[in-house]
Amino acid sequence: MPEDKLLRPNRDVGIIGYGAYIPRYRLPASEVARIWKGENFKGPPGEKAVAGLDEDVITMSIEASRNALARAAIDPTEIRAVWVGSESHPYAVKPTSTVVAEAIGAVPNTLAADWQFACKAGTEAMQAAIGFVGSGMAEVALSVGMDKAQGRPGGALEYTAGAGGAAYLIGTADRSLVTIEASYSFTTDTPDFFRRANEKYPEHGERFTGEPAYFKHVTAAADEIMQSSGLKAEDFAFAVFHQPNAKFPTRVARSLGFIPEQLKPGLLVPMIGNTYAGSALVGLTAILDIARPDERILMVSYGSGAGSDSFIFKTTENLIHRRELAPATLEYISRRTEIDYATYARYRGKLVSK
Amino acid sequence: MEISRHWRLAKQRYALVGEVCPNCEHKIFPPRDICPDCGEEAQDLYQFSGRGEVYSYTQVQQAPTGFEEYAPYTVALIKLEEGPMLTAQLTDMGKRPVSIGMPVEMVTRKLRSDGERGMLIYGYKFRPAIAS
Ligand SMILES: [Zn+2]
Repeated sequence: MPEDKLLRPNRDVGIIGYGAYIPRYRLPASEVARIWKGENFKGPPGEKAVAGLDEDVITMSIEASRNALARAAIDPTEIRAVWVGSESHPYAVKPTSTVVAEAIGAVPNTLAADWQFACKAGTEAMQAAIGFVGSGMAEVALSVGMDKAQGRPGGALEYTAGAGGAAYLIGTADRSLVTIEASYSFTTDTPDFFRRANEKYPEHGERFTGEPAYFKHVTAAADEIMQSSGLKAEDFAFAVFHQPNAKFPTRVARSLGFIPEQLKPGLLVPMIGNTYAGSALVGLTAILDIARPDERILMVSYGSGAGSDSFIFKTTENLIHRRELAPATLEYISRRTEIDYATYARYRGKLVSK
Repeated sequence: MEISRHWRLAKQRYALVGEVCPNCEHKIFPPRDICPDCGEEAQDLYQFSGRGEVYSYTQVQQAPTGFEEYAPYTVALIKLEEGPMLTAQLTDMGKRPVSIGMPVEMVTRKLRSDGERGMLIYGYKFRPAIAS
């Protein structure tokens, strides 16, 4: 047994297809500030993606999964697990993953399950998919991280709680666009952010969310995987972290030795907000859209509660032409319709007419 | 509508799965098991690409029961690139106007919910095509 704590599958696996989805509506943070702080208050910078009236985690997961399938160029019946991580599943009981599996044509010979672990539900599903394919139980598994994030009206989260995410098809390394060199998980019981059953909006521990929560877990997960792999920040072309705001990932990246150029391509939060379970995963899609072959990428997620999953990816030659088979993440971002707070309230179902 | 009916329609409604005639290769949507072109039995499933164009459209201001929360919206007659014509709601129009001939693509969206406690019903809609 090796000394380190890395998670090791029995055979090498990788990403055989990936796909993003970001809805087209944008709510600037300044507009949220205008409503709750007044016309003269200078709000925070940036904006967030807002789902349309007919969109939810099911519909957004379907589109991201179709994009992943297009890039993988496989028959959907090869998929033996459809796992969707989110904290905004449309049903309390009735898996999102069953609808997604049916819509993409993966039924009936497939596992389907919904995952939840705050903002790392999606990378949790990815870890499981690595194990499922890596053990030889399946040739292909689908993992999705997607959210239509909730934030209490007027609360601090409302400025950034966005919508979107990404889907990843995990398969054997020989057919991969990106190989997975290592993965690791770090978890403790930390009550920094939670939502009780039947509550509409989550609660968060204000200052408690930073140091003992995000920074501790992300740093531990990054340190372990980099040290055990014998890699330093300069060995990576890119790094992507869970991004509840721009400040946290920027600070943690700097403390781990990364420079802004490594972080910037995957740092989407100023343009789409915090997509919770989709956050690090959709950032990774933007990197895969531009990476060259043989480049290393570090990804570290963070889920309140709390834990972090870390991954080391390496791009292959296959990525270059396959990524053209679905819309680039920046295409989704540039497909932008700005809305005001009233429209936002309607789209978020904050207005009830009966 | 009863739950069993929704369930049987899922494949065609979620993913635009129709039929193809084994005799003349005519693509059929919605599936009707008989080729409208040559009259042969046609039950082979066919996955439509989802690409098409707006053939005609109308704006709905007074939405029927169950769709009120989406009004106003546009319903269009879409000509699929494989030939068949179907009626569907347009979505994600943003601020752009609809036009005849506009290239559109299929997306699976929430159609409505059966009240607060009932099931959520998903199905195809069409949006302006994303260039790719
Ligand atoms: Zn025929």
